[in-house]
This record gives sequence, structure tokens and C-alpha cells, in this order.
Amino acid sequence: MMTAFLNISNGEAIDRKKIPHLPFADFSENALEIVKKGGKPVQLFAYQDGPALKFMAVLRTDKLWVAGCDAPESYPSLTQTCEPFHMFEREMAEQFGVQPVGHPWLKMVRYHANYRKVKDVFGNHYKEDIPGHYDYYQVEGNEIHEVAVGPVHAGVIEPGHFRFNCIGEKVLHLEIQLGYQHRGIENLLCTVKAKRLPILAENIAGDTTIGHSLCMAEAVEALTRVQPDKGAKIIRTIALELERLANHIGDLGALSGDVAFLPPANYFGRLRGDFLNLALLISGNRFGKGLVRPGGVRFDLSDDVRKTLGERLKELKPQVTHVLELLFLASTVRDRFEDCGRVSKMDADHLGLVGPAGRASGLAYDVRRCFPTEYFGEIGIPENKKFTGDVYARARVRYDEVLQSMSIIQSLIGQPVETRIVNASDFNLAPFSFVVTLNEAWRGEVSHAVLTGNDGKILRYKVKDPSFHNWNGLAMALRNTGISDFPLNNKSFNLSYCGFDL
Amino acid sequence: MIESIFLFILAVLMAPFFSGIILKVKAFFGGKKGPPLLIQYYTLLKLMKKGSVYSKSTTYMFKLGPIVSLCSALTVLLFLPIAGHAPVFSFQGDVICVLYLLGLGRFFTIAAAMDTASPFEGMGAAREAYFPIICEAAFFMILILFYRLTGELSLSAYFSGENPFSLWHLAGAPLLFVVFSLFIILLTENSRVPVDDPATHLELTMIHEVMVLDHSGPDFGLIELGSFCKLLFYSTLISRLILPFDVNTPLTFVFYFTGLALVSVSVGVTESVMARYRMDKVPQFVLTSFALAFFATIITLEFI
Repeated sequence: MMTAFLNISNGEAIDRKKIPHLPFADFSENALEIVKKGGKPVQLFAYQDGPALKFMAVLRTDKLWVAGCDAPESYPSLTQTCEPFHMFEREMAEQFGVQPVGHPWLKMVRYHANYRKVKDVFGNHYKEDIPGHYDYYQVEGNEIHEVAVGPVHAGVIEPGHFRFNCIGEKVLHLEIQLGYQHRGIENLLCTVKAKRLPILAENIAGDTTIGHSLCMAEAVEALTRVQPDKGAKIIRTIALELERLANHIGDLGALSGDVAFLPPANYFGRLRGDFLNLALLISGNRFGKGLVRPGGVRFDLSDDVRKTLGERLKELKPQVTHVLELLFLASTVRDRFEDCGRVSKMDADHLGLVGPAGRASGLAYDVRRCFPTEYFGEIGIPENKKFTGDVYARARVRYDEVLQSMSIIQSLIGQPVETRIVNASDFNLAPFSFVVTLNEAWRGEVSHAVLTGNDGKILRYKVKDPSFHNWNGLAMALRNTGISDFPLNNKSFNLSYCGFDL
Repeated sequence: MIESIFLFILAVLMAPFFSGIILKVKAFFGGKKGPPLLIQYYTLLKLMKKGSVYSKSTTYMFKLGPIVSLCSALTVLLFLPIAGHAPVFSFQGDVICVLYLLGLGRFFTIAAAMDTASPFEGMGAAREAYFPIICEAAFFMILILFYRLTGELSLSAYFSGENPFSLWHLAGAPLLFVVFSLFIILLTENSRVPVDDPATHLELTMIHEVMVLDHSGPDFGLIELGSFCKLLFYSTLISRLILPFDVNTPLTFVFYFTGLALVSVSVGVTESVMARYRMDKVPQFVLTSFALAFFATIITLEFI
């Protein structure tokens, strides 16, 4: 491919001097060129480098591409031509007050004042704690009614505001407003001491502890030129798959509960706990907190633990298979799942959906297969794509991945695993470097990008959770779907609020 | 008469028990221990001890809702032959009165829901107003059949003493349809799976539950008690049809309770083995009850 962008690989630290610094027009033209040919943005962010504000983009085709440019105060929006840039441009406008001219739906993302203290793009003054004044889609007509749900919900879930425009029971459009849990993680990650980095990364989204920790650890490893040993890679791979198992099983149970089919909901609830307990067995924490550290892992996999893990999995596998059958063979359940909340492949592609939600709509992208990290290069990961894009497809992707993850773990614990335990210690990052890391967490592509300054300090730490791409997929799935099917669709995506809010 | 009043009080007292059976059956299928059988009594006591919270946007209509809905359910029980004994009140045409008493209760629940001006409750009210209309059609079809068989229009003429037995005698096969039809009506009217999900916490999918979201404390207790009575009313009809024996008083009671327990267990099993229908398919399911009753009536028209 002829492009001004530089080809890099996942988790490779490169000197920032090598990254092409283009004039904005070239930057924009080349980025659009790649995305038009089927590429997708992985990262697009602005950063303050001394007095200058700059943009940097990481795009993916079958390779990763990077380039930067000087940020103009206002620029013709890329979203006008390529929709996948939609959220990224809104985020940049909010964080740094740069105006994408002609953006189709320029609206705040997380509701905070910009970092440069320049005039707010959205005209907000931020004197109130909660976003109160913003535009939202409105539909007019005698029989149109609006239903507003949240940010406080029934049940113990995270805060988010959902606004439905309905005609009768049918949803015409759903608009989702998040940002209620914005904690300023990206800025915090730039300022804290090195040993706090892993702890912050673990807590970006609690249910994706391993996914985010891995991205952070790989980035730091690249910048400190430390390679984790093979044993550590295997343990991290096991941990990531255990996280996927626990969450997918929890999701399938919740899907079952939402259609009031209680037996699988109860069984899966218990089985999810069993898989969380396997993570407890390895790391002493059910969510795997404290396991992954730059340079390796903090807990090795002794033969005793390995044996117990194998025995437990052998015991759990038939139970999981049995409950999966119970759920997927019930005709009343299939009736609810099939043809509900369909997202076409074209829409999924335009929105840039990732993870199980993307695979359910026919986008085969899986970081484990396309840009493998850790031990995934040695494991064959199947494509897992489905074609219908409905709740059934999203459930079915999870069904396949649950069985695959169990096999992966079983195959990895076959031989003894040896590793040298690392403990949190201080490290010095390579100065004036850049690294981007991608991992397939259970929700999809998690990506961290780190830029260091001349003094080796972190200049910009950019975090992207898969939910950043997928929330719009949920809004799309709800179009022309019954409003009573919203909870079911919501569970079939099961996106992160705090991972989005950062 | 005193016996009838005594039985009426007994019926109200035992109504919450059968809801407990349903929960127990569902827990069994879910591999859980489940709440105690008397859970609904504890719930009622708990609710009665609490205070009520009223939104500023509501009026007296909101407070009236729970009282009227409970009263209508209690009044309905006055017309019901408990365990085949004569009801407290009975007159020619009381069945129609009973149906519209239930309708009155529903009207006030809906009005109280609309009074909160919450978009959820409005949605629930629309659904609650729609589905029971179809139930009403089915119920009237059953009445036409019973009227043709007995020439009477009162609950005691169908369900007290030896009467259910003679119904089977007159038209056994069509009555099977009626039992199924009544079971579907029971599921719909009492917001059970596959029509509604009483266990859900998701406002957007609820039908009945969403209308009473704003009620709290004793008000909510009254609504709960009213719904237990309603469940008992429909269970009694089915119980008397499936076990129509009228031997001597103690045994009749045994049969009656067994019938009620059977109905509760069936509800629990139904809820455990199937998922809930999609909202737009619910009317088709409810219409099945009408079709069954209609078919039963046609058969009797032809052969009797």
C-alpha cells in the first residue's frame, strides 16, 4: 500500500523521530485513504508537545499504521467522509478544544472542560456537576413519545442516560449519553509514579482487569526493552482467557434472565463464580488484580495449582456444555434471540464495531488472530464470525468462544510452566518514543498508546476501551426494535460505562 | 351464611401461600433452595410496617389506586364458591358483575399509574389495558358455553357443590379446552411468564410491575394482597374444574387445596421451562385462550 503512514507492529517501541510528521492536509488525506479501503482507526488523539498541539493516528488494515501532524484549531471533519472517526473527533474536541468543522453530530463525550483552557467547543460552562444542557435527537409527531432512562437505574449497574424516541412500542432512535464516571484516568496515568501504573491500569474497567493490564504491561515492556519470559506469557494468556470465560458465561446467564428463562440464568450465575474462582486460584484475586506487572507476572503457576486448574476445568466443561445446550435448544429462547436487534454488516463496518459484537455482524477482526500478543501467536484462533448480526449471533459468538477458551486453557496447562516472578519496581522508560499495544479482551480490542518526552516521562497516555466503538452499535441495534427488547439488546452488547468514561 | 363468611376470610388469609408455592417450584428448577413457603406473608408484614413515600406530582388518584384494586379483588372473592360451598353473595348474572369488578380494579391501577406522569408507567398502563381485553373476550366465550350448558349466569351455579361434576357430564371434551383457556387467562391476568415477568427489575419490559413502581410501603402491600386474591380467584375456578369431587366436607377441602396447589405448581413449571414471549407476540398467545373457548362452544352447539 502506498501511504505516507509508517508501518509498525503491535507493542513495538519506536523513536518518535521516525514517525512521519505530515502537514494536516496530507495526514487527513492519507488517513481517509486507508479507512476508505477498509482500514479502521485504532487510536486518534491529540497531545500537547511543549507549546504545540499535535495529532496522532494509529490505523489498522492487516497491518498497523501510524502518523502525526500539527493540530489546526479547526479542521474539516474526517467523519464527514469516514464514520469510524466519529467518536474520536468528538473526544479530541472535548479534550483539547479543536473544532472539527462539518462533524455531523458534534456533542460532548464525557462532559469536562478541555485541558488547554481554551474556549469550549460545545458552549458549556461546567458549573453544574451533571450534563444538563445538550442537544439530542428529537422526533416530532402526535404519536411520538420519549422515554428517558437513567442515569440512576434500577439494580446495581453503572450510570448512563438512555433516551428513546418511540412510536408506540417501537424505538425510532436511541441516544446514549455517558460520562458520569469520568475520573481523568488518562491524565492521572501521566503523572503518577511508575509503580502505581499497573494498579491504575487494572482499575480502568474492573471487568477487563487483565485486558487493560496487559496493554499497559506490554507498552511499558516495549519502552523499557524488557521481555517477559515464556512462562509469564502463558500465564497471562490463561488469565485473559479466564476473564473471557467468566464474562461470557455471565453474559449468557444475564441474556437468559432477560427473557425470563431462569434455569440457565441461575446455573450460569454459579458457573461464572467458578471461573472467577479459578482466577483467584492463580492470583489471589477473583478478577486477576495484582497478577500482571510490567516484565512478567507476580504469581507463578506451580504444578499443584496447574493440576487443580486442570481438574476444575475438566469438572466444569460438561456442566457448561450442558447449560449451553439447555439455553440454545429452548425454542422459546431462540424465538426471542433471533432477528432481535439486527446490526447489518454494512452498519457494523461504518460504526467500526469490534469484538463479539463486530464478529456477530460478520466482521472477523480478532486481535488474537490479527495482531497476536503474549502466547496467542502459537495458538490457532478460529474466525468465529456470524452473519445475522442479531442477539442470537452475539450470543452464539460467546457460545463458541467459551468452548474455545476452555480448550485453550486446557492445552496451555498441559506442560509445566516456569517463570521468574517480578515485583513492582521502578523503571525508566525510553525517551522520545512511542508505542501502541492492542489486545483482544472479552469485549474486543483494547488499546493503549504511550508517548514519552525527552526526559523519559510519559507525555501522553491514551486509553481506548472497546466500548468506545461499540456503544453506537447498541444505538443502531435498537432502531425499529421493540422498546421492551432494549434490556436484552443491552445485555447482548454488555458494554462498559467506566471503560468509556475513563 | 356464617360459614360462607368464615370461608371468605380463610380464602383471603391463605391467598399469599400459593404465590409462595410458585416461587418454590421456580427455585427448584433453578437449582436453588428458594425462599420459605410463607415468604409472601413476611413480605406483606414487612410492607405494612413501612412508611409510604408520595411523589409531589401525584394526586389523590394515586392513593386511591391500591385501595380500590384491593377492594375489587376482595369483593370478587365474596362471589366465589370456596371449596364448593355457597358464596357470600350470589345472584343471576353475578359473573358479569365479577368480571367488571376486576375491570374496575384494573381501571384504578391504570389511573394511578398515569397519575405519576412517568413515561414508564404510561407504557405499562398501555400494555395492561391492551392484553386483558383479549382475556375478557375469552372469558365471555366461556360464559356463553356455561350458559348454554346450565342456563344459569352465576359462579355458584357452575362451581359450587356437585355442579362442576355435572358440567363434565354434560360436555367433557369441550371442558378440557376451557381448562386450558382458563389457565392462559390466569397467566395473563396475574402477569406471569410467558406474558409478563414478575421477577424482572427491568422497567422497560414490565407490564404489571411497572405500573406499581411508585407505590411503596402499605400501599404496595395492599396491591400485593389484591394480586394474591386475584390469583386465588382464577386458581379456584381451575381447581374446581380439574378436581370436581364433592364427597363430604373434609375431603372436598383436601381436593380443593390439592387443586389449588396443582395450579400453582403448573404455573411454576410453565415459568421454568419457557422463556417469555416477545411483547408483540403476547396478543397471539392470549388469543389462543379465546380460540380454545370459541372452539369448545362450537362443539357444544353442534352436538347438544
